[in-house]
Amino acid sequence: MSDVEEQDGQPAITREDNGSAGAEGNVLEDSFILEMVNVSVRYGAVSALEDACLGVRRGEVVAVMGPNGAGKSTVLKGLMGLAPVVAGQVYWRGERLTSATHEIVKHGIAFVPQGRRLFTHLTIEENLEMGCPYLRDRPEVRRRMDSVMELFPVLHQKRRDLASQMSGGQQQMLALGRGLMANPELLLLDEPTLGLAPNIVKEVFQTVALISERLGTTIMVVEHNIKGVLDIVDRAYILDTGRVVFEGTPASVRETNILAEVFLGKVQRADPDEP
Amino acid sequence: MSTDSGGGGSLIRAAREPGVFMRLARGNLELWANLVVITWAVVFAIWQGSGFAITLGTVFAIWAILAVSLNLVVGFTGLLSVGHIGFFGIGAYTVAILTSNAQYEQLRTEAIPTFGWPFFAALPVGIVLAGLTAIAVGVVFNRFRDDIFVLVSFGFAVICFNVFLNSRALTRGAFGIHEIAKPEIGSVAFGSEVAFLILALVFLAVVVLISWLIVSSSFGRVLTAIREDERATEVFGYQVTHFKLTVWVISAMMAAAAGGLFASWTTFIDPNSFILLESILLVSIVILGGLATIWGSILGAMAFVLLEEGMRFLPFLPDEYVGQARQVILGVLLVLLMLFRPQGLLGRYKL
Repeated sequence: MSDVEEQDGQPAITREDNGSAGAEGNVLEDSFILEMVNVSVRYGAVSALEDACLGVRRGEVVAVMGPNGAGKSTVLKGLMGLAPVVAGQVYWRGERLTSATHEIVKHGIAFVPQGRRLFTHLTIEENLEMGCPYLRDRPEVRRRMDSVMELFPVLHQKRRDLASQMSGGQQQMLALGRGLMANPELLLLDEPTLGLAPNIVKEVFQTVALISERLGTTIMVVEHNIKGVLDIVDRAYILDTGRVVFEGTPASVRETNILAEVFLGKVQRADPDEP
Repeated sequence: MSTDSGGGGSLIRAAREPGVFMRLARGNLELWANLVVITWAVVFAIWQGSGFAITLGTVFAIWAILAVSLNLVVGFTGLLSVGHIGFFGIGAYTVAILTSNAQYEQLRTEAIPTFGWPFFAALPVGIVLAGLTAIAVGVVFNRFRDDIFVLVSFGFAVICFNVFLNSRALTRGAFGIHEIAKPEIGSVAFGSEVAFLILALVFLAVVVLISWLIVSSSFGRVLTAIREDERATEVFGYQVTHFKLTVWVISAMMAAAAGGLFASWTTFIDPNSFILLESILLVSIVILGGLATIWGSILGAMAFVLLEEGMRFLPFLPDEYVGQARQVILGVLLVLLMLFRPQGLLGRYKL
């Protein structure tokens, strides 16, 4: 591919903004292991994501934030082949990523969906095993399960219980653990704190930070809890009405009033006469 | 008083305290369901004598094979199919046609090709044919779920019935096929009722064993996950269409085996044996026994056969109304079940 260059022994991507949506040469920045280039997602006539360009570097924790309907979750669904990408490309290590979910998973990308989506009629152990569909090596499955249970001791205590018998916070730990069973290089988290009590929310953020720190897993997290997530991420993207309107470090997010603009509609324009 | 509260009191308390069985039975509807149906079967068999019991046992075995196989699709995977009777018919007609012998042609008003194959050669062909049909329709059906899946499976049952009815050169249409051969292996013939019952039970045991191996494996765990949340299962990289197609084909092949047994046992089949109503009855058995439970399907089949055949002996019910009345009673039973026990006798899930 012309847009992929070899840097430091690894395929890297250089930005070549030619202004055309979906052009293969239009890429963001080097050293991204995963990036979306001018990606648009539409559900019928409804545009959920428009010309979105996002990327994540190895080892980073990146937040995707924005108000309801901004297209945050669509970003992750588009990456995972779960939403209809009508334009643009997704690259994984410089190679175009297929839209077939089972192929994407094989690349080492795991998705923890919104609402946890646990299999409530399966035990905790069985739920964890569901996280590694392509692993046939039983001792390795066991080893990974032990690692996850070491990270989340509560799962070990209740390993033979049905997932439905756990509290909301414990279920979120199980959902995270299930995502980690694939030993992913990139973990995509969709609203991991949704519907949880404030003290549990804090615990979930600490856990996400722990996963990044201890396992070195790259994480992209879609989150509505701005304050909490900015404390644990390296960079953040802010979306509004399907478009990326800001990208920067947590400090730069705090310094600007971009959050107020997108959440509260306090848009300060350079030209007050501009419609 | 103090003495009473000592040894005497403890005896009274012991007498009042429920035993192990009572503690187990209290509030345990599953245990009661098992006890009632099995006791009913034993009493019925003793009352009616061994001859009728053998007949009932064979009917039960065939329905149980169908119910267990359908439960793999409906109960464990969550695909409500009302087209299972089509695969049952494919198995039955394949065995009937392939075992058809030239000497029987004189008895028939309309000739069909005669092959004269032995039962055990014809049955695998029927099973494979049902499997291939299941692959062909399953590839299309995989696009649908929930209500739409019920509708397309309904369409499949209707198509099968019409093929059986109108392919007169092969099936003799409404005339049906007579004198279907009984199974034989070398010098061992399964012509007697007892021998056939044993054969049917062996088939049932094999089907139960295969089903148990499926549901207790990692494959079965994925089926359970698909039942619960198909989209979430996809997210983890499982190709759910492959899993659904595989279990659909296995289930269809089991139904075809039951069809082959049925054709050989009755020695006569016509399209009326494979109408949609039979499919509905079959789904009712699965619901009655409980979704996602192999033993539930067996118990459901047993209860259904006892109910169906037991009604013949109701003194106030004339013979000509037995057929209709059993459908009414089964319908009422299902309504009550949905109201008070939606997960069936032993089920894990509500429909």
